[in-house]
Amino acid sequence: MKINTHFAFLDEGSKKEIRRAMLKAVAIPGYQVPFASREMPIARGWGTGGLQITLSVIGTEDVLKVIDQGADESVNAVSIKKLVHETTGVEVAERTQEASLIQSRHRIPEVPLTDEQILVLQVPTPEPLRDVEASEYITKRLHSEDEYSGAWLMLFEQIMKYGKTTTNADHPVYVNGRYVMAPSPIPRFDNPKMHQSEALILLGAGREKKIYAVPPYTDVESLAFEDYPFTVESFDGQHCHLCGAKDVFMDELIDPATGEATYQCNDISFCVDRLNDKENVEVETSYA
Amino acid sequence: MGYVAVKGGTAAIEASIKRLKYERLKGEEIIEVNTILSTMRTMVDQVMSESSLYSPFLAALAIKQAEGSMEEAVFLMRAHRSTLPRLYYSQTVESESMLVERRISASFKDIPGGQLLGATYDYTHRLLDFHLTEENAEKNEQWLQDYKNELRTIETPDDVQYFPKVVDYLREEGLFETYEPDNTLPKDITKESIQFPASRSERLQVLTRGQTGAVTSLGYASLRGYGQVHPTVGEVRVGALPIYVEHPNELETDEEDQFYIGDVKATEVESFVPVSVKNDKNEEELEFEIGYGICYGQNETKAIAMSILDQCLEHPESDFPTHDEEFVLLHIDSVESTGFISHLKLPHYVTFQSKLDSIRQVKKGVQKNEN
Repeated sequence: MKINTHFAFLDEGSKKEIRRAMLKAVAIPGYQVPFASREMPIARGWGTGGLQITLSVIGTEDVLKVIDQGADESVNAVSIKKLVHETTGVEVAERTQEASLIQSRHRIPEVPLTDEQILVLQVPTPEPLRDVEASEYITKRLHSEDEYSGAWLMLFEQIMKYGKTTTNADHPVYVNGRYVMAPSPIPRFDNPKMHQSEALILLGAGREKKIYAVPPYTDVESLAFEDYPFTVESFDGQHCHLCGAKDVFMDELIDPATGEATYQCNDISFCVDRLNDKENVEVETSYA
Repeated sequence: MGYVAVKGGTAAIEASIKRLKYERLKGEEIIEVNTILSTMRTMVDQVMSESSLYSPFLAALAIKQAEGSMEEAVFLMRAHRSTLPRLYYSQTVESESMLVERRISASFKDIPGGQLLGATYDYTHRLLDFHLTEENAEKNEQWLQDYKNELRTIETPDDVQYFPKVVDYLREEGLFETYEPDNTLPKDITKESIQFPASRSERLQVLTRGQTGAVTSLGYASLRGYGQVHPTVGEVRVGALPIYVEHPNELETDEEDQFYIGDVKATEVESFVPVSVKNDKNEEELEFEIGYGICYGQNETKAIAMSILDQCLEHPESDFPTHDEEFVLLHIDSVESTGFISHLKLPHYVTFQSKLDSIRQVKKGVQKNEN
């Protein structure tokens, strides 16, 4: 009876197949490479695409960080981190700067990533044209013909209806001037971080069986019209009530007593880092 | 501590897993894997079928671990399957060689080889049997002994009996087209992702792995009005199929040298579906086609529903969703559908914040215009 799991869970043959799909994805930025997604010990739609990428690239020397909704301690992030740690024994970290491999759901860290790091994004719906075309056979053809009027029309219709584009997270992007790509449900706020990113970005959709990538130093442009430019979520005039940061993506917290909204950094590790720095400065100045 | 996405995940998860174990153990009864294996036959069969991993023991273990939840048990088996290297493909199984334990035809009453009822719930009255509350080992043994004694008086043939396919008999009459067997290796959908339009081998794989309830529902939908396939069951057979593999490094291939590696119990269905085709003179003519269904274990409803959907997908030009291969094949997998539905339980704070921002921006714009 088999009791121990293999290093990084998957058998070597599967990992090799997944790495091959990744190489193809890097070679054709933004193109969705089909791959034989394995069933994982976590549920489909809970990050199995990202997990398969992580397990296929991870080595014993890597340091892993897992984020869910900006937090390392959120339950799904903990669960994924635990699984990778148990099957590989690699070290885990919370500080973005310490990690060599970062798997994330819905966020790109606030700290700029470096060319020493790989960012793995979990993707529920990799097809940016799915809202306008249900058939996989047809969307594949539209991509091959560089035929993206459906996506543009979607934005145009929003402007006609609401006077502005109303995309939420997962605002479609043009990659390397060729493929329109769903950037995973990162907020619009994070879209610009993909442009000319120093870090390799790998995107995995387990249930939809697709892997795609943004190689380092690649152009990533959010779809928008000249007269209706792309805008990110607005946190105008707000700052983090803990660390005071501005110009970061923030969570809106409602004070149950007063009913007032306060704001807090969504990227917890970034916020904690800033708080620690502040404390250090205070300690240094008071004992100087 | 409550469910907080920001801090405390580790402690919360540990407590939750502990609580789960408590729920399974709190009744202070322990069910042995072997008890499940020998008393929950159809559930074991369904789990093996949906997880496409033939291992009755592991399926029973998964059922125990999952507290009887089908979706959870299938999930466990599929995840375990991902850790196993896949080394060989078996030789094509000729289902004529099935060791049949049940075989019926709804098309002909007098099929060559005869009908064999086997074990079936079909003719039981669905009345709760309160005697089952008083079962015990001695009574069981007595019953089994009596049953064996009854069987002893029945004469059995000396040779293994193989049953011919009902359809072969009809082929001889020219009612079905005869095709050359296509022995090209099927595309393995677990090693290569399915592309559309899909090949028949891919379609059959997805259908046989499909969630029993989902395959049944869509088959039913087609039968009821959302499809154009209404079959007659030509043959349902249940039995053990012997599996052979070839030596991987042998250059010469001889059937005699193949290895018998065991058998799998399966349900196989061939449905007869009348379709109209144009003949040489461009006249409409009726012809029969076959809808094919097969799955691990004894699960006749699923296999019949699969045979309906197989025919539906062979004729994609219809307006009905049950004839649309993307609609059918992409939505009937247990692990995929339950996984994605359950992901809605994960926090969506970031996307919701983003949506909130969009809605607020639009509201601001509207007010301005009105003023």
